[in-house]
Amino acid sequence: MTDATPVPESGAPDDRSPFATLAEAFPSVEFSEPLGQHVARVAREDLVAFVEGCRDAGFDTFIDLCAVDYLRRPPHRFEVAINLLSIGGPLRLRILVGVPGGEPSLPSITGVFPGANFYEREAYDLFGLAFEGHPDLTRILLPDDWQGHPLRKDHPVGAVPVQFKGANTVT
Amino acid sequence: MSNPPDVVTGEIEAPSVEAQEAPPASVSAGEQERRRVHDLWLSGTEAPATTGRFTSEGAQEMLYTESDRVLAGQMGTLVADDYEIDPSVAEDETQIINMGPQHPSTHGVLRLQLELDGETIRRAKPIIGYLHTGMERTAETLTFMQGPTNVTRMDYLSPFHNELCYSLAVEALLGIEIPPRAQAIRILMTELNRVSSHLIWLATQGMDIGAITMMLYGFREREEVVNFFEMVTGLRMNHNYIRPGGVAADLPDGWEDEVERLLRLVPRGMEEYEGMLTENPIWLERTQGVGVITPEECKAYGVTGPLLRASGIAWDIRKAFPYSGIDQYEFDVPTGRHGDVYDRYLVRLEEIRQSLGIVRQVLETMPLGDYRSEDRKVTPPPRARLDQSMEALIHHFKIFTEGFKVPVGEVYQAVESPRGELGMYLVSNGGPKPWRLHVRAPSFANVQALPMMLADSLIADTVATLASVDPVLGDVDR
Repeated sequence: MTDATPVPESGAPDDRSPFATLAEAFPSVEFSEPLGQHVARVAREDLVAFVEGCRDAGFDTFIDLCAVDYLRRPPHRFEVAINLLSIGGPLRLRILVGVPGGEPSLPSITGVFPGANFYEREAYDLFGLAFEGHPDLTRILLPDDWQGHPLRKDHPVGAVPVQFKGANTVT
Repeated sequence: MSNPPDVVTGEIEAPSVEAQEAPPASVSAGEQERRRVHDLWLSGTEAPATTGRFTSEGAQEMLYTESDRVLAGQMGTLVADDYEIDPSVAEDETQIINMGPQHPSTHGVLRLQLELDGETIRRAKPIIGYLHTGMERTAETLTFMQGPTNVTRMDYLSPFHNELCYSLAVEALLGIEIPPRAQAIRILMTELNRVSSHLIWLATQGMDIGAITMMLYGFREREEVVNFFEMVTGLRMNHNYIRPGGVAADLPDGWEDEVERLLRLVPRGMEEYEGMLTENPIWLERTQGVGVITPEECKAYGVTGPLLRASGIAWDIRKAFPYSGIDQYEFDVPTGRHGDVYDRYLVRLEEIRQSLGIVRQVLETMPLGDYRSEDRKVTPPPRARLDQSMEALIHHFKIFTEGFKVPVGEVYQAVESPRGELGMYLVSNGGPKPWRLHVRAPSFANVQALPMMLADSLIADTVATLASVDPVLGDVDR
């Protein structure tokens, strides 16, 4: 009960900040720090390589993956936000990936973090984003026969009758 | 024993008295018995169809499809020798069974598909979504002020943490300061909530393993904590008490005495739990080495909270990224070594003690002052001011009709809920309602890791492992 792996109070595991290492290795990635949170903006082609780089740079804990539908905001309609954590830091990193509305697909990161499995299924279910290379891209929260992706901004709220699986529908 | 059913059929088709009285030596005693039963109950009917193979796929399947055997079984005349093994079924064939969604120990409506090889689980698959109510979409239709009413219903065993996380995210975008008293009240309520949530976990974990007394004990103390919540907020759960800008109301008169009472009652109950469970051989047998998860697996799957700590990593958001002034209180982060159910039990018990320690410190150092921000663009003015001040009336009207506007931006805010990292990713487009609210639910990630904890374990340990994860399905499905 008592012998714990202590979490260092502050500072990166090595002398250099992991962000500097990552910025050097991936020159195409844009780093910023809005509201004191570290954000990296990645093109979807470079996503898997960058996530692997992050894991090797200390961000080895998968925390979250979610999608946002910005509808008409250029350049991309969808944005996928991936949250990683470095327990040793302690540091957080949010990776943002733009996904065009016309071709809503991006590579899956389940090969790097198996924990992304359920999260990518959720994003597929609610936003209709296709994660290429996902082992089992099926609906997770909604029934299999559900029509549409209800968290998209062009999906009306309260304008359609509630769909129940297996119910007799009058058309 | 070795007779395949097809061979039997031919002989049964023409039963005769002679065959019954003088059976050939090659027919076994069980076979004779079966023929006797057939003649007794099924004479004159067609011969039973014996070509039907029993299958191990599906839970509804009866293993013996031949009518005479079923009948003999019902009559109690079937002897053990008659349980013949169908040679066409391979010995290593597995069967898939469903557990849930309506099962007393799935803590809600979780469905598990288990692939069994005998009594060993080879594969498990959690199937979720039965409690999905689209709360993330609902949040987009509510103003920032109405938001806590929605999020408080997600993880219904720790509603204060949901409200706190949401409020902190909104406040981060607004950039407002929260008065010290409001922060201390928030810590008081969330830490007591951790106690009540862990007590529910302990009660249900005990119940699932068969320690029914624990169920009653756990709920007895939890009831006292919930009574305090009712005294402060008016509700036992889904409080909507912590709101952007502070809390809904100041603590009522006499709250110190009630907290003192809790600080006496809960430790007394904990002594009873420990006396009953910690060294109980049955408890140890059912929990030690069960449902193990390693630190590496926790990291890869995003498993947080007591599960991560029980596997040996002292990770606590309250220490790493302190919120709401939690860093001014002293507490320890308990960890385990083995990552099994027993260590999770020890870790959670210690967390209750540490939380009570924080509550004691809050009680002793509760600052005076406002219980919410005085920024009238965010919090409504006191009711009495409405009769005297035009400004107050305008602010009141604006807040309750349109709501306050939050600057454009995105923020990820996390708090340490009793189940792990509860995070909210809040996107504002500058209007009075969130553009997007994503909830990173701790139970969602922890349930995802269940297959790893269950793989190659015994089916009898499923409920122990499942209960130790402490999933709240309202949190998983949202």
